[in-house]
Amino acid sequence: MARRGAAHRTVGAAALALTAPLALAACGGGSDSGSGGSGGEVTSITVQDTFVTDPGKTYFGDLLDSCGEENGVTIERNSIPGGDIIARTLQQASSQTLPDVLSIDNPDVGQLAAAGALAPLGQFDITGEGISAGVLDANSLDGELYGLQPTTQSLALFYNPDLLAAAGVQPPTTWEELKTAAAALTQGDQYGIAFSAPPTYEGTWQFLPFMWSNGGDETNIATPETAEALQLWVDLVQSGSASESVLNWGQEDVNDQFIAGNAAMMINGPWQFPVLAENPDVTYEVVEIPAPEAGGTVVSPLGGATWTVPETGDADRQAKAAAVVECVNSDENMVDNALTNSSVPTKAELGEQIVAEDPRMQAFVDVVPDLRSRTGKLGDEWPTAATAIYTAVQTALTGGASPQEALEQAQNG
Amino acid sequence: MADLAQRAGGARSAARPAGTTAPPARQRSRWSGPRARTRLLELGFVVPAVVYMLAFFGYPVVQNALMGFQEYTTRTFITGEAPWVGLENYRAVISSSVFTQATFNTVLFTVGSIAGQFVLGLAIAVFFRRRFPLGGLLRSLLLLPWLIPLIAASAVWRWILDKDTGVLNQVLGGLGLDSNPGWLTSPSLALVTVVVVNIWIGIPFNTTLLYSGLQDIPEELYEAAALDGATRWRAFRHITWPLLRPVVTVVLVLGVVYTLKALDIILGLTQGGPANSTQTIATQSYNLSFQQFDFGQGAAMGNILIVVSLAFAILYLRVNRRALDE
Repeated sequence: MARRGAAHRTVGAAALALTAPLALAACGGGSDSGSGGSGGEVTSITVQDTFVTDPGKTYFGDLLDSCGEENGVTIERNSIPGGDIIARTLQQASSQTLPDVLSIDNPDVGQLAAAGALAPLGQFDITGEGISAGVLDANSLDGELYGLQPTTQSLALFYNPDLLAAAGVQPPTTWEELKTAAAALTQGDQYGIAFSAPPTYEGTWQFLPFMWSNGGDETNIATPETAEALQLWVDLVQSGSASESVLNWGQEDVNDQFIAGNAAMMINGPWQFPVLAENPDVTYEVVEIPAPEAGGTVVSPLGGATWTVPETGDADRQAKAAAVVECVNSDENMVDNALTNSSVPTKAELGEQIVAEDPRMQAFVDVVPDLRSRTGKLGDEWPTAATAIYTAVQTALTGGASPQEALEQAQNG
Repeated sequence: MADLAQRAGGARSAARPAGTTAPPARQRSRWSGPRARTRLLELGFVVPAVVYMLAFFGYPVVQNALMGFQEYTTRTFITGEAPWVGLENYRAVISSSVFTQATFNTVLFTVGSIAGQFVLGLAIAVFFRRRFPLGGLLRSLLLLPWLIPLIAASAVWRWILDKDTGVLNQVLGGLGLDSNPGWLTSPSLALVTVVVVNIWIGIPFNTTLLYSGLQDIPEELYEAAALDGATRWRAFRHITWPLLRPVVTVVLVLGVVYTLKALDIILGLTQGGPANSTQTIATQSYNLSFQQFDFGQGAAMGNILIVVSLAFAILYLRVNRRALDE
């Protein structure tokens, strides 16, 4: 009997332990709506972003706090790794616990806006005036602006000047020069160039500047223009100027190869600057990605995080959220942000200030007017096209099919 | 219920002759009290398990089955609308060019991994039956692959297997083999490489279970057999293997189910590449749901996998029942 009593107590305790989180969750929900219920004064808003590593983590923490202070609210910030944020946001949407401010990678705006999770910024009188057209495009769906993006990042060609000098090679500006330079720089264990072509969106992202600069288009990838761009990559790998391992390298791996001296040039972006800075022995310079022909325009994909106001259904909180988003995107904050996070302000007129402070950014500032949005044409259909592109790249690079055939196969699913 | 319990008790007593009489005796005494209270008590034990199963296994499986017949996209999370599309999702995933390759890869990956894991696991388990200095330490070291998070393990393997800078190719080069195979980048090699790494991961699981099965085989049997001249291979063939059969079935069926759904190791090593050569049904389902956000098609792909796993689970139950009946 005594034994059974003990068992009862255990069951009781277990039941309590099980219900406790529910009760806590209920309280959490209560206090949330309490501080922001329509009619009541909004004293705090929630922000969800992807800046889990420094310098962004600290920088945006401070920036958000000061923007919150300016608007009379405290900020409850929650940072989630970029790979998980969309899945998390969708969960929040279905349980109606969306954050008041959401920062995501710009190509995700199309998906979330099409699903109705984001509020058009026009209703808060935010027009994004002064921001370059490509950036506004990336943050819009059906003519409505959904995200305000302070800075952008893109791809460029990094090279090791010592190795180029030793081989007597100038930084390439055309595809032909790129091929000859890469071949000349391939010696012993060292490859001429490294890029990233894994079967993920990262592979698509790296291929886009070649595809777009040559006149290729994501609405129909089985074109001679895109096939030519893919042929360039195939030539680089098959001639041995680039390692076959590009098939399995992410951009971090590419950077590691460059730092280790296994590649004399690489396609990469300014988010690698902090890592490169940890290796002071490595010298590098940055130029635009080579164009198909001399004097051609380089069209690179537009990267970078954007700031949105989710549809939480609470007008007062949304108004505060929109004010904070505007503050994050003020001219002054744009410049600070760009300098801290090695990115380029989305307002072209602010670009010069960045180059004056950090000459490495020249190659990235130059391409800003021509930056192209990944989702501008396809909106929420982009993931399908992006999948087809990396699939074709992988097929062609492994010799499974000619570039043109690989693109046709991938496009037809 | 009682029938099953009796059978289970019977099986246990068959395995351990020493404890035969205890369980039935306890059972009788439990039934002697007031019937109603006993039933209530039984219910008290069963209900939490049933509730748990329904909430955490039943609901997701049913939901997933339904999702396979719906157009379930990002929009669904916000509007709650998921139109019924009949077999459209299944038609789309099965007719896609990746499907045949993914199915083929899934079969090769599963069969290859299980065969390797089981044979090596059994060999190591039999080896460690012998007592020798540091045997215990070595046996616990064997568990290491199991203890390392898969993503960390796959990062290290990627580094080892890199075509140009990987340790493996450098060692091979040092031995005069200069062909520099692209372990993870050649479409003809990548699947084999992934299988080998998966075997490495699966060995501890197989060894541990088989080793504990071996511990249950009484030493006297071997002594008696040795007197009759049956040693080594013949002892294994006629004593170890038949007595280990029940454990072998468990190991194999669990192994198949775990391997069919293996995701992280493939994502960590090749992400399904190069050119889909390591794409399995599991990775394709993940891609559809969480990269392309087409949850309906992802669910359809996942359901195919569930049906296959279920077939193995039923097979397992049948084999098990037959073994008990014998």
